[in-house]
Amino acid sequence: MSKVDLSVKIGDLYLRNPIMLASGTVGYGSEISEFTDLNTIGGIVTKSLSLKPRKGNPPQRIVETPAGMLNAIGLANVGVEEFIKSKIPFLKKFDVPLICNIAANSVEEYVECTKILTSEETIKAFEINVSCPNVSEGGLQFGNDVKAVGKVTEKVRAATSKPIIIKLSPNVSYISDFAEVVKKEGGDAVSAINTLVGTTFDINTRKPKIFNINGGLSGPAIKPIALAKVLEISRKVDIPVIGSGGIMNWKDVIEFMIVGSCAVQIGTLNFIDPTAPGKFVKKLEDYCLKNGITKISDLTASYLID
Amino acid sequence: MFIIESPVVEVKILQDNIFLLKIHCPEIASIIKPAQFLNIRLSSQSYPLLRRPFSVCDVEGENIYLLFNIFGEGTRILAGKSNGDLIDILGPLGNGFILNDDYETAVIVAGGLGSAPFPFVTRALKDKKEILSFVGGRTSKDVITYGMKNVFTTNDDGSAGFKGTVVELLNSKIDELEKKNIKVFGCGPTPMLKALKEFCVKHNFVCEVSTECAMACGFGICQGCPIESTSNSEKYLLVCKDGPVFNVQDVVI
Repeated sequence: MSKVDLSVKIGDLYLRNPIMLASGTVGYGSEISEFTDLNTIGGIVTKSLSLKPRKGNPPQRIVETPAGMLNAIGLANVGVEEFIKSKIPFLKKFDVPLICNIAANSVEEYVECTKILTSEETIKAFEINVSCPNVSEGGLQFGNDVKAVGKVTEKVRAATSKPIIIKLSPNVSYISDFAEVVKKEGGDAVSAINTLVGTTFDINTRKPKIFNINGGLSGPAIKPIALAKVLEISRKVDIPVIGSGGIMNWKDVIEFMIVGSCAVQIGTLNFIDPTAPGKFVKKLEDYCLKNGITKISDLTASYLID
Repeated sequence: MFIIESPVVEVKILQDNIFLLKIHCPEIASIIKPAQFLNIRLSSQSYPLLRRPFSVCDVEGENIYLLFNIFGEGTRILAGKSNGDLIDILGPLGNGFILNDDYETAVIVAGGLGSAPFPFVTRALKDKKEILSFVGGRTSKDVITYGMKNVFTTNDDGSAGFKGTVVELLNSKIDELEKKNIKVFGCGPTPMLKALKEFCVKHNFVCEVSTECAMACGFGICQGCPIESTSNSEKYLLVCKDGPVFNVQDVVI
């Protein structure tokens, strides 16, 4: 038995520890399970699901940038129906909370997806993606509009009794305004942050390096921005924040918790070292023991600012 | 599939800007197949951040070989490795060439660095099939024939023996090829693979090509490396997981 209580509660969602695997970086769990025992992870968030399958963007979808990467996958996914049929049976084998990420073009589609999925017992919570920068409809069209985020939250809230987490965009002036409306409309938590809009061009061809022109920037390059956004929400709004953005090691996890995260999501790192998140758990426990912390949740928003 | 740190045995310059790296890695050497690939982490810091994919060039006992040129920061780091340095390898990844089906002559077609997987193919087919190798490059420095046999070469100015593309070279031998029961194995830049597909479709030759695409993970989770399928326009295939080797009939090149 661990001497430190690593568990985290987000509404009715219980996580055995604060390490979650971020949407779009673990597929539907099968590939990553070859590297990490999913039963040791706090929770996994599926690739964004839409009502119908999406093909996604043509290549090139990915390019490396200084200390980060741009992606414009375009929400390629199997669709809700195929997910239930062919992906859930595999995920059922693990004792890990499954959080379904939903992406949609309209409020109605968000609601429809949630209604279909909510009866699946394996799904413990929903993460609503209102912030994908890589699709022409939906995504940021919602994520940049406080009223639209409020509306999506309200309608999805009415469609499920399971915890709902709204994944917020950093591409806004005040992210706390969005967290505020999520809280007001009955959301259980927010994830902060999704990727930042970025681009890069080839100086010889003068063409963008990715097909979509813009992509979402992730990786260590965005960590200071993500920390600032989490801190902003934490200081202004009383809502659980799941922190993400460029976490590369266990110390980053602690830092995200100190600025206000109750849990964290590991994303880009899964592409580079899919074994890393599983190894963080022991390191977090060691840190807590060394610092006299008996409940890791005490770290959340434990910042000292004069 | 492993993530493993394995020591460099030797780094040598094959020609001009072309390097050959020998790594002692029995775990992967014992299971990897020709044209499968490895995704290599070149820095524990933030740059280069992502792993870089390399086709396996050859396997000899417990050692694996990679062939590459210095193209960016990642390959510069790799070329600077010394004996004993550890390389962080994820692999083996993807699907290799199908070498043992019903044909008598393997026709290898390589353009530039597309020669990389063929020393291992040549080794695997030794004493089993006849091999004819067609190798091209822009300049004579780009023509890489390392580890191959029965080689015909070409480049843009003709100084490598034939003047033209590698598919034009292949076409010049069409009478001979049509008399044989052949299977074509190709690897090289996309325009070359496109021309090779047209050539093989026209002459009804079975052909597999090893493709490439920018990718992050190499094992299917980033979805970064789509390739258009000929049978299902609603869904992309992934170069990393469904490929990198495809029958030319199955993908749009």
